[in-house]
Amino acid sequence: MKAAVLAVFLVPIAVAAEIPPAERRSGYDFMSRETRAMQDDEVTGPAVLSLLDGEALWGKLGCASCHGDAKASMRGVATRYPKVMDGKLVNLEQQVRHKAPQLAYESRDLLSLTAYVARQSKGMPIDVQPVQPQLDAGKAFFFRRQGQLDLACSQCHDDNWGKKLAGNPIPQAHPTGYPIYRLEWQNMGSLARRFRNCLTGIRAQQYAPGAPELVELELYLMWRARGMKLESPAVRP
Amino acid sequence: MARVVVNVPAEAKKGEVIEIRTLAGHPMETGFRRTQLGELIPRDIIRTLVCTYNGVEIFRADLHPAVAANPLITFNTVATESGTLEFRWTGDNGYSATQSATIKVV
Repeated sequence: MKAAVLAVFLVPIAVAAEIPPAERRSGYDFMSRETRAMQDDEVTGPAVLSLLDGEALWGKLGCASCHGDAKASMRGVATRYPKVMDGKLVNLEQQVRHKAPQLAYESRDLLSLTAYVARQSKGMPIDVQPVQPQLDAGKAFFFRRQGQLDLACSQCHDDNWGKKLAGNPIPQAHPTGYPIYRLEWQNMGSLARRFRNCLTGIRAQQYAPGAPELVELELYLMWRARGMKLESPAVRP
Repeated sequence: MARVVVNVPAEAKKGEVIEIRTLAGHPMETGFRRTQLGELIPRDIIRTLVCTYNGVEIFRADLHPAVAANPLITFNTVATESGTLEFRWTGDNGYSATQSATIKVV
């Protein structure tokens, strides 16, 4: 009897568990052959335009005067963000604009420069540190029901990945390729913009650009995706 | 702003069919969308892409409002002689971009 009661309680816990490392899949794996080809095209893929802009900005803004050649100095950097810099948890975009605050969040220039920096770590495994208490805060955000639809991130991305939502596959929400060129946006976009999409979908409260809550969530998602290969700048449908 | 990329094989055999890929950075605003205040956003698209091979036109495309942003246009041609391929995009609001690529035919 006791065992039966225990089993009843165990079942929902098992469903809501985190995805085991062997079953983790990048959003790339859920895409069509054609969209994969766009991401794999490193010469005329849509994100290439942004990389060329970013390379030009690297020189124009004077990044090179401290950091030298980005291909050497920025290698592996994007795999370690979000991380604590000067006592504050920052994501890659926030760190990229630390000496260029004129670059607004989600502006074309900031996305291009971030994409260029992130590109130097393409193919390298994600390697963030489990910074506390921000990691637990991000995890709590992921599992917290919110919005008028009263849904948690985990209910789609942990419990129901691989199924369809309005005809589209539900991915596992591993941020392996940001900033991304999203076909729906017809443009480059940040992870914060992608968060806004989901928060709109569940009709939840939005956060200001650069809000610590979103950086904490990013940290949890990157920790959850640790060891997966960075694809930045990726293409998503 | 007017960033364009072309991909032409550097070398080809005479008579070989080669693939040419072109990418132009452009918002391709349709002219049918409105702002949140209801004002029409004016059309801003690329209208044509013309490619010449040693001065001879080998490819021309007309673009229309349904084409996605940052259009990628791919086509094939026959490698006839060494020389230069010139690409010219023109569009609304005086948009114009050119790019060239050389090919060696052996």
